Parts: sequence; structure tokens; C-alpha cells
Amino acid sequence: MRLYAVVAAGQFRRFATYRTATAAGVFTNTVFGFILAYTYVALWDERPQLGGYDMSQALSYVWLGQALLMTCSMMGGGFEDELIERIRTGDIAVDLYRPADLQLWWLAGDLGRAAFHLLGRGIVPMLVGSLAFDLALPSSPGIWMAFLLSVALGVVVSFAIRFLVALSAFWLLDGAGVAQMAWLAGMFFSGMLLPLTLFPGVLGDVARALPWSSLLQVPVDVFLGKYPGWELVRAYAFQAGWAVALLLVGRMVQSVATRRVVVQGG
Amino acid sequence: MADTTGAVEVAGAADASGGRPAQWPEEVFVRRPRFVEGVRAYGLIAMMWLRSTMAYRASFALTVFGNFAATAFDFVAILLMFSHVDRLGGYTLPEIALLYGVSGTAFGLADLLLGSMDRLGARVRDGTLDTLLVRPVPVLAQVAADRFALRRLGRVFQGVLVLGYALVVLDIEWTPLKAAMVPMMLLSGAAVFGALFVAGAAFQFVAQDAAQVQNAFTYGGNTLLQYPPSVFAKDLVRGVTFVVPLAFVNWLPALYVLGREYPLGLPDWVAFLPPVVAGLFWLPAGLGWRAGLRAYRSTGS
Repeated sequence: MRLYAVVAAGQFRRFATYRTATAAGVFTNTVFGFILAYTYVALWDERPQLGGYDMSQALSYVWLGQALLMTCSMMGGGFEDELIERIRTGDIAVDLYRPADLQLWWLAGDLGRAAFHLLGRGIVPMLVGSLAFDLALPSSPGIWMAFLLSVALGVVVSFAIRFLVALSAFWLLDGAGVAQMAWLAGMFFSGMLLPLTLFPGVLGDVARALPWSSLLQVPVDVFLGKYPGWELVRAYAFQAGWAVALLLVGRMVQSVATRRVVVQGG
Repeated sequence: MADTTGAVEVAGAADASGGRPAQWPEEVFVRRPRFVEGVRAYGLIAMMWLRSTMAYRASFALTVFGNFAATAFDFVAILLMFSHVDRLGGYTLPEIALLYGVSGTAFGLADLLLGSMDRLGARVRDGTLDTLLVRPVPVLAQVAADRFALRRLGRVFQGVLVLGYALVVLDIEWTPLKAAMVPMMLLSGAAVFGALFVAGAAFQFVAQDAAQVQNAFTYGGNTLLQYPPSVFAKDLVRGVTFVVPLAFVNWLPALYVLGREYPLGLPDWVAFLPPVVAGLFWLPAGLGWRAGLRAYRSTGS
């Protein structure tokens, strides 16, 4: 357990090292936040209460999306490129030889990364957004805590998906295509494009049932207080259910993959 | 001497007298204007990357589709918006599709040709830029062609499709001038975005880790231009008209084609400025690039 805590802390520090890159990322998130916020204002001007959100809730949705973009890796990234590269070069053999579990090792690292991104990439855009626009910020600290837990579960779901993506490299060697597919699905089904409550009919129902909705839609709804009382437990159960299921699949694929590993090179 | 003759023969330019080292093969050594040399080198490097990409065909096919789909999602978001409203910022779906198509295609072209330049910071950081400096080829061409990714055609296709849809559906009273505006917008728009890529790369000489900043202008600019100017705050519109001339990519010329009012009360003739503005914008971008390259110091060993 201590080992994984060290791995997580190490990743936190690793991402924290690149301060210019973090500042640049914050800048870009903020610019996108402004652009999207204006389009949402135009949309909600036409149709107030669209998707069950009022204007300030819709604007909160935009800025939370920018704040959580890196934390929940909705556009991919974080660790899978590195893992894919290790599989492609054969370095993975060294990892498998270590007295640590492959999945847990990368999960710990990704949690450390997500914690840094929440602090480093999340807070400033959210602050700027709340200064420039009228956002619906929760008043009770309980909702903030509930939101953080939901984000944490979202990160685990996100990790579980990306771990599967990375393992595909055992069969394909070049994982870029699969990584991009996963990235697309993440963009579309997490609610990053538009709130999933705006998706019409069956598409909306399907999108809300898929694991990606745990990445943004569910945490934002928790933030906006859309889950009163026991509903909150249902929301957590939904996220945790996907997290466990996907981690288990990852474990199975990992055991199949490692059985067929042939290290490249001499 | 006997063993050198083999090498000389391979080089194909044997100088029999005196056993001097083989001359450069003609086609490499010919002096050409710098610009021609740059374009030629760009082509050669891009071809090399093409062949390397084709080693993983399945992955290539997936990434072309992915690029297409990734950009298509932006438009899907707009379609989803229009499933709830008839107008956005006073504009109908076909009108927004025209803005979207022009911006998407122009950006796609620039991204295809110069998109790799956002890796410059990484090259400065790991020291591989030094390799490019010792080659007898313009550095700009080498950096731009580095990891040339044909998959970016997916983005161009997507932009062209939406543009085609807009042109078919829109009820425009075409005049020869309006018709000429369409290719003009695409080319000068691509040039404006191209200058942004070069300026962004120049900035990375100074701040290597800040590659993301240029995304705010390139990808962010593209996203901004997909919506009509009436959606945005006046100051933002002013900024992208007078500071970073993004408004000339599609807003001003496309609004002329649509016969709609310009933002900020600008006069009619600004619609014809994009080629001029693009040309002028390349000046600071190019100077910035030169300054950056001159100021570059290797990270050392």
C-alpha cells in the first residue's frame, strides 16, 4: 500500500514540475471557457431552462468542464501514451518483473496526476469563470465534498477505460488509432461537447448510461445539487459500478495479454 | 586507393583523376533559391513520414477517421443546439454552417501543412533541434514537415463537407465577386492560421513548455470562428479583428457573401482584405521566427 502511495506522490510531483506548461494549459482552458460560455449564453438566451439548467447552471457546466478536462482526462492523455510506448518497445517486460501489480501501479500514478491537475488546472479557470460570469456555486460545504468524491470516482472510471486502451497495444503495437477512438468517445459521451441532458431521445438515454458520463455529467450534476438525498447514493453507485466493472475487465485483459507477451528485440 | 573506388562508384560520380572524394550527386548539390529549396525539402521529408505512417495501415485508417470524427463532433454539437433552437445569435443553421465550413477547411489546410510546428518546444527541450540546424535545409521547412501527418486530411474533408452543405442549402444571390470570395477565404484563412502556427512556434523558442498557449489561438480561434460574431462580447470581437486578425478568416468575408451586417460597424470593403491581412500577418510571424531561431541556444549536453 505504501508503495502505491509513493507512486501516486511521485506522479503528483512529476506533473507539478512543469509550471510553465501548467500555466499555459490554464490559459488555454480559460480561453476555451470564455468561447464556450458565450455560445452557451446565446443558446440559453433562446431557450431558458434548456436541459433542466438555468443560465448560471449552464455556465457552471462550461467552466466545470474546462476545470475537469485534464483531471478526468476526457481528451485522453495522462499515462496511456507512456504505457503504450513501453509495450511497443518491450520495456513492459521490466514492469511485469517488478514486485508490484501492473494495474494498481498505473492507477496509483494516475490518481496522483489527477490530484495535481485538479489543483493546478482546475482552480484558476473556475475562479476566472466565476469572476467573469454568474455561476451557480454550491453554498454548503457538504455538496463540495460530495462533488470531490464524484470527481474521484470519475477519475477511476477514466483510468479503467484508458488502461484498456493502452493494453490494446499488446495486439496492435501502434495504439494511436485506438487511443484516438477512446478520446473521441470520451469527448462525446462525457458531456464535454454539450450537457448529455440536451441529447435527444434514445441517444441521450444511451449516453447517460455509458461509463463516460461519470467523467463530467455526473460530477457536474452533483455540483449543481441535482441529486438530493438518496439520489446521490444512486449516482455514486452508478460511477462505482462502472469503475469496478471496467477495472475487472482490465484485469482479465491484462492476464491474457501478459501470457502472450513476447519481448521485442534480441 | 583500391578500396575507395567502390565507394566512389556507389556515389555515382566517380572522379577518376587523383582519387579525390566523390562529388555530391548533382541533384542534391544544385543551388536553388531558398524558398524553392525549403519547399522541396518539405516535400521530401513529408514523403518520408508518409511511408513511415503507411507501415501501420490499420492505425492510419483509424486516425484519419478519428480526425474526421473529432472535428465532426464540433458540428454535431451545433446540430444538437439547433435541435432545440431555430437561431443562434440571430443566425440560422446554414449560415453558421458556412462560417463553420470556411473556418474548418482553412484551419484544416494550415494544420495539415504546418500543424507539426507545435512540437518545436519539445525539440528544443530534448536538444534534437540541433540536428536540424546542421542540415543544409531551411529549419522552418524541417520543423513544419516533421512528423507530417496525412491523417489531418480528415479535418479538411470534414470542413469541405460542411461548407458544401452550406453552399447547397443557402439561398444566396451569387455574383462573380461573391463566388470568388469562397476560394479566397479558404486560402487567406489558411494563411492566417499558418502564420499563427509559425508565430506560436517562434514563441516556443522563448517558452518551450508553453506549447499549449498557441492552442488557445489556433484550435480556440477555429472554435470561435465557427459561431457568428453576434454571439461574443464586443471586446472579444475587437481583439480577434485588430490584434489577432482571426475575423478575416471567415467572419468578414462570409458575412459579405451572406449579405449580413458586419460586427463593430466596420465598412463594406474590409471583406476584401483577407489576402492583404494574411500577408501582413506573416511579417511579424516570420520576423518572430527569425528572431527566435537566432536567439536559440542549445540545451547543451
